[in-house]
Amino acid sequence: MDAHAHHGPAKGLTRWLFTTNHKDIGTMYMWFSFAMFILGGAFAMIIRAELFQPGLQMVNPEFFNQMLTLHGLVMVFGAIMPAFVGLANYMIPMMIGAPDMALPRMNNWSFWILPFAFAMLVSTLFMEGGSPNFGWTFYAPLSTTYAPPSVTFFIFSIHIMGMSSIMGAINIIATVINMRAPGMTYMKMPMFVWTWLITAFLLVAVMPVLAGAVTMMLMDIHFGTSFFSAAGGGDPVLFQHVFWFFGHPEVYIVILPAFGVVSQIIPTFARKPLFGYDSMVYATASIAFLSFLVWAHHMFTVGMPIAGELFFMYATLLIAVPTGVKVFNWVTTMFRGSMTFETPMLFCIGFIILFTIGGFTGVMLAIAPADFQYHDSYFVVAHFHYVMVAGAVFSMTAAIYYWLPKWTGKMYDETLGKTQFWIAFIGFNLAFFPQHFLGLAGMPRRIPDYALQFTNFNMLSSIGAFIYGGAQVLLGFNVIRTIVAGKPVNDPKVWDGAQGLEWTLPTPAPYHTFTTPPEVK
Amino acid sequence: MYQKAMRLYRLALGPVLLLLSSIGSSAWAQGPTEWRHPNQVNMPVGVTEVSAQIHSIHMTVFWICVAIGVAVFSTMFYSILVHRKSRGYKPSHFHESTKLEIAWTIVPFIILIVMAVPATSTIIAIYDTEDADLDILVTGYQWKWKYEYIDPAGENISFFSSMSTTPEEIAGTAPKGENYLIEVDEPVVIPVNKKVRFLLTANDVIHAWWVPEFGIKKDAIPGFINEAWARPLKTGFYRGQCAELCGRDHGFMPVVVSVVEQEEYDSWLTAKKEEAAQIKELMAKHFTLPELVQQGQQIYNRVCVACHGPNGEGGIGNALAKSAIVTGALDETLDTVVHGVPGTAMQAFGGQLNDVELAAVTTYIRNSFGNNMGDMTQPVDVFNFKKGQ
Ligand SMILES: [Cu+2]
Ligand SMILES: [Cu+2]
Repeated sequence: MDAHAHHGPAKGLTRWLFTTNHKDIGTMYMWFSFAMFILGGAFAMIIRAELFQPGLQMVNPEFFNQMLTLHGLVMVFGAIMPAFVGLANYMIPMMIGAPDMALPRMNNWSFWILPFAFAMLVSTLFMEGGSPNFGWTFYAPLSTTYAPPSVTFFIFSIHIMGMSSIMGAINIIATVINMRAPGMTYMKMPMFVWTWLITAFLLVAVMPVLAGAVTMMLMDIHFGTSFFSAAGGGDPVLFQHVFWFFGHPEVYIVILPAFGVVSQIIPTFARKPLFGYDSMVYATASIAFLSFLVWAHHMFTVGMPIAGELFFMYATLLIAVPTGVKVFNWVTTMFRGSMTFETPMLFCIGFIILFTIGGFTGVMLAIAPADFQYHDSYFVVAHFHYVMVAGAVFSMTAAIYYWLPKWTGKMYDETLGKTQFWIAFIGFNLAFFPQHFLGLAGMPRRIPDYALQFTNFNMLSSIGAFIYGGAQVLLGFNVIRTIVAGKPVNDPKVWDGAQGLEWTLPTPAPYHTFTTPPEVK
Repeated sequence: MYQKAMRLYRLALGPVLLLLSSIGSSAWAQGPTEWRHPNQVNMPVGVTEVSAQIHSIHMTVFWICVAIGVAVFSTMFYSILVHRKSRGYKPSHFHESTKLEIAWTIVPFIILIVMAVPATSTIIAIYDTEDADLDILVTGYQWKWKYEYIDPAGENISFFSSMSTTPEEIAGTAPKGENYLIEVDEPVVIPVNKKVRFLLTANDVIHAWWVPEFGIKKDAIPGFINEAWARPLKTGFYRGQCAELCGRDHGFMPVVVSVVEQEEYDSWLTAKKEEAAQIKELMAKHFTLPELVQQGQQIYNRVCVACHGPNGEGGIGNALAKSAIVTGALDETLDTVVHGVPGTAMQAFGGQLNDVELAAVTTYIRNSFGNNMGDMTQPVDVFNFKKGQ
């Protein structure tokens, strides 16, 4: 055989700087997102420490607003999105029998601009006037006329993140469409590949809209336009329409790959095929389609005409149908399987429970008249943490434990993994369940201090948040421990119930895989 | 000790309380103070028809979700307990069932329609702002509310409503009062059993006016006017907060509505109008320097001290002692006070203080903290200055 096909990675730093290897790039994406996850988590810890009791103890309101803004931005754009892009980079070629991503050089670039974007974003903390303080939704005119000077750096970093996401998405689309192994028809693709293909189209469709929103902000701030200022004939509500036209599909950009992960893992540990593969694919596609028609459910109190309220309420309720189909499918897959409960499976079951609760509160929020009470209260905070954290973070954690042996050739510590699950599950619920009560009882979100009747549940929530934060440190420890001192595994399948091309490869997966495409029957 | 135990007990019972509260929801409708009790876990029934309707939809949807949740989770936990490898359960290999899949698409769809029907009628009620007995213009400012009663005869009265919780309470150097952060210097007063329409707008950024017991939350947007209405059926104080992130003191701009009997409202309104007439009279008056300085000091300590410090030494705001603007041309000082400095924390006080107050505070800062300008600004000067703009 020709020696070239077997060359390993380059040595030293240049391996990572110049790499075009999908496994290297996937690895970097995931480590980067973990670092951002810890950073965004640290911001959250500051928020929860301040909210531990009434009164201002730790930080001033100005800094509090900076923390909640950076927490949101870093978690959404720095932790969750790159984590799934990294997972896609690593796994999609191995799942469809391709040697690498279709556009490997662009792949390198789309990763390497990210650290610069976030370095710039976080550096605003040290600028005069402080970092952005207008929330991750950055509503105008708070984010334009009334913003700190650092807003310009924020805009630039959003642009870079957007470019990175779009390039990543284009790469995934090109790979899935062109590089499937012979015989792998669309309806034979693993669910994770399907959900990512649809997510990638969502990204290409809405990231430019976000870029448009921040560009209009930039024009308003520096070039005298008035897109979002009524004084110059513009409209602050226009900002919200543009933002949420991006923002709602963004929710599915975050959650669809999570659905994919769960649809891979549950059949493995139930030792039974996914109940309704076809309906899962159609459900994913309909969720993606509907996600473009519901954006104004974030704006029920903005003073829309009644026809708008009704349209967006009905359309939003409709999304519950395909989402329900997903949950029913997972449960039916488990039904009459032969289940074992390794760490990835535990996280998937946790995902189903918590995501379903988040789905229920989502239906409640979709009821426009009731939203007049829920809107901008802690009820919303509880809701989106149930779908975002339980949805994306639980499933990502499941994915890490599930594929880690394939990546490293070492087995993680099962007891430590299970312990982490229980700490995370209990901490998460302690942190976020009481927030439903707080919101219903009238506590607005994004406040640094609260009326006395909210004291007890806030205290509980803070304690839960610290516990949940601790669980993430344990995750990092467990992964590093596995790489350094895990028990070696050689079985290509790793899990006896695992299905799919990645499990036909040797363990650990070599640097180059499927240089000759496999035959899929 | 007992209290502490009770608190823990209530805390542990939170979720149970949520369930109970819905069963006996009438028990929770005892009034505004009842609703804002520690460990409150549910939405208020409130004191308007709309808020009660919202509460009932909320509970309906909640129970439907509970029912679906019980069905899904019990199926799942049943399999988790029974269909496990450790019990030697052999996996079956069934998948796809068109009948089942059609069922779990159609049934949720029908349930959603059941939810959407009452929701639609309530939203129609919320939007019916016609035929109000009273109109109040509510303007959000960073970080206070202004209420203006629209009078058919053109004799509008207006006032600002700011949080009255002290900085010491917030910093923890003074004990926190019962209504910590949800109390104001002057609540908005409305009559009971009357349809009151609130016209909402904002002066700077977007705020949101929220009174949970009225079922009202509506954005106050600069340059636009939104409408909301309430017909409160019970007298009392109803408290809420700004709900849209609006900058530094977003957490410190509460809403307090005092609902009173018609007679009480009428006499309150008369008193307010008299007060307004008095101010008008004062506007024409010529004050002496000590009078202005004395009055200006009170205003300074109420409005300016938080940013500029008790001795004009500065803080969040610039120092006023020996400041170039304060010791410069009088018009320049007045201009800064009236129009603020855009893009900074220095607000435009021209619309927030009346001309007497503006005159007094301008005179005060030019004659204190070692600034001995010796000049005066009379209310009529402020009036002319504003007119000349
Ligand atoms: Cu949405
Ligand atoms: Cu506000």
